[in-house]
Amino acid sequence: MKFDIIVAGVGGQGVLSVSAIIASSAMHEGLSVKQSEVHGMSQRGGEVQANLRLSDKPIASDLIPRGMASLVLSMEPLESLRYLPYLSDTGTVLTSTDAVTNFASYPEMEGLLAQIRALPHAILIDAERLARQAGSARATNMVMVGAASHLLPVKLETIEHFVRTLFAAKGTKVVETNLKALAAGREAAASR
Amino acid sequence: MSEMVLLGDEAVALGAVHAGLTAAYAYPGTPSTEITEYLIRYQRKHGRPIAQWCANEKTAYEEALGVSFAGRRALVSMKHVGLNVAADPFMNSALISINGGLVVAVADDPGMHSSQNEQDSRLFADFARVICLEPSSHQQAYDMTREAFDLSERFQIPIMIRLVTRLAHSRGNVTAGEPRAENPVAKSATPASWILLPANARRQWRALLDRQPEMRRYTASCPHNTVTGAGSPAEFGVITTGLARNYYIENLEDLGIAPPHLHVGAYPFPADAIRAFVGGLRRVLVLEEGYPYLERALRGIVPPAVDIQGRESGHVPPDGELNPDIVRTSLGLEARRGLMIEGLTLPSRPPQLCAGCPHGDSFHAMTAALAGFPNAVVTSDIGCYTLGALPPYSAIQSCVCMGASVGMAKGAAEAGLHPVVAVIGDSTFLHSGVTPLLDAITEDTPMTLLILDNKTVGMTGGQPTIRPSSQLEGLVRGLGIPADHLHVLEAHPRHDAHNTEVLRREFEHRGLSVVIAVRECLETIKRGKQEQAAATA
Repeated sequence: MKFDIIVAGVGGQGVLSVSAIIASSAMHEGLSVKQSEVHGMSQRGGEVQANLRLSDKPIASDLIPRGMASLVLSMEPLESLRYLPYLSDTGTVLTSTDAVTNFASYPEMEGLLAQIRALPHAILIDAERLARQAGSARATNMVMVGAASHLLPVKLETIEHFVRTLFAAKGTKVVETNLKALAAGREAAASR
Repeated sequence: MSEMVLLGDEAVALGAVHAGLTAAYAYPGTPSTEITEYLIRYQRKHGRPIAQWCANEKTAYEEALGVSFAGRRALVSMKHVGLNVAADPFMNSALISINGGLVVAVADDPGMHSSQNEQDSRLFADFARVICLEPSSHQQAYDMTREAFDLSERFQIPIMIRLVTRLAHSRGNVTAGEPRAENPVAKSATPASWILLPANARRQWRALLDRQPEMRRYTASCPHNTVTGAGSPAEFGVITTGLARNYYIENLEDLGIAPPHLHVGAYPFPADAIRAFVGGLRRVLVLEEGYPYLERALRGIVPPAVDIQGRESGHVPPDGELNPDIVRTSLGLEARRGLMIEGLTLPSRPPQLCAGCPHGDSFHAMTAALAGFPNAVVTSDIGCYTLGALPPYSAIQSCVCMGASVGMAKGAAEAGLHPVVAVIGDSTFLHSGVTPLLDAITEDTPMTLLILDNKTVGMTGGQPTIRPSSQLEGLVRGLGIPADHLHVLEAHPRHDAHNTEVLRREFEHRGLSVVIAVRECLETIKRGKQEQAAATA
């Protein structure tokens, strides 16, 4: 079993938290994990991505080769397209439809979403709205983890456990909001 | 012992703790920052080891040297360009007889994810004639750091651990060993060896050179330099270093028959082992992260008939980070293709100052004050404010190295430009901006130093500036800036008109002035509030 994921987004969107929860869950279930992150300058509103590799065998490279990723999990529509060359023929693009338009030449939105919908395996999630319904827009990234949970080679209960662990220091209310967001994302993606 | 998932940086930090580390010193620099951040967290929780941020890499290195003089183990960590700042103590410390183990962890940044150049620190280790260990996995980052302290005491030299961004900032599994106790305090028994007066230094230099064969014997027999598949009648062989090994293994299955493979993880490179390995081969591909260091060395030690391929020969790109795809094509395998959409070109998303960042307000006031000065020059430095080079600000015209904005402004002003503004951050100013300011004060150079004081080291994640920013004004006044040309402003839109006017006046002044624009970084304010909330929750 081998499952390569590119988690994509913009600095500040919680890409590393998404990646950390999936990585911890996979580790807990006995899989080998390598997770390559972006720190420093790019985090200031630039493109951020994490290469996350899960396998039941030892993993050599920290970076995913082209054409090998099973999933591009993006917090933002434009960023979901940036990593297509890394996606395998059978891989899925799962993206939040909430755009971060912090620069002038952001493409026209309907055309962008149409391009994503035209991909062989694409799931679009209105993640921020679901996160607000769950209690906080800041839980958008957990909606995306929930939406991805159908595809990930880890159990939902394990992910829930690590959502609790990650947010434990911020109090029970934050934990509950994020668990609700996780469930909402899972439900939204179930029908796709 | 326990298994855990750590960043490469964290694996180095934990390896140092388990080697009996007494003290760690550093200045923040991507991608090395997380080594010291981990150690500071560890210290808060366990009381030991000492872990501190320092004014710059040179001071950090010298403090580590003092720990070694006292017989205890010290770690100093930095990014590759930080080693340039610490180069003076680093080079000289190779000559003294290291007492307590001294390990220098240097994180290189091939591909320049957040750096001005991609220099290769293996050359610096070679330059100093010391041992360099280069991990290719998280486990090795931990194990090699532990071993490096033993080697340092055995050979009485500093040992370099060379990391690259991709290892420093990726997470992988690490199994930790049994922790070792700290060394007792035991002052160097050979204090003369620490006094590099010429007579001593000549003796110490010779001693260092005399130890070279012993170092080479170590690297020739250590398990970090390994050969697989030797003795087969192959014509083609592969030599890897660092993470290149992983990218090679990633492609191995598709090669059909595995070529003979030498991996080099410890330097000085094992020349005899390389000669033996290359022996019957007609072609060798060298895959290494950074400079064509081994590739060049190889040309001096193997017969000219052997075709040596690598970054210098053009078989591997000469610049940038390696990855599985580059290594794949270098091996002659067909490139993999992923999902492609015809005609799809995506705009890139450059990094930028956070919305509401005080630096943005300073740039706004400065640009307004510079209107009407066709010869105006703004030299800048390295930090978040370097992003002022990009639209919408386009406010700065240079970024070379830490502290350079001040010295360059002095030179530009003395060459005849006016007005000249040097932009620098509070932490960078204390790192290496104070000394060029002394030069400018001596000459009363007609320039303005604009210190953007956001009360933190912003770009590397908000570490504390070495002294609180409230002390900057007193420091600058103490250096000898006259009070009527020293201003402290609040970098905020509501003071824009006033700030512009003050700056305009100083730009017109034909002498030295210093303006400190203060407002705390939004990120550190946010983090402070979060920490407070977590503490009271």
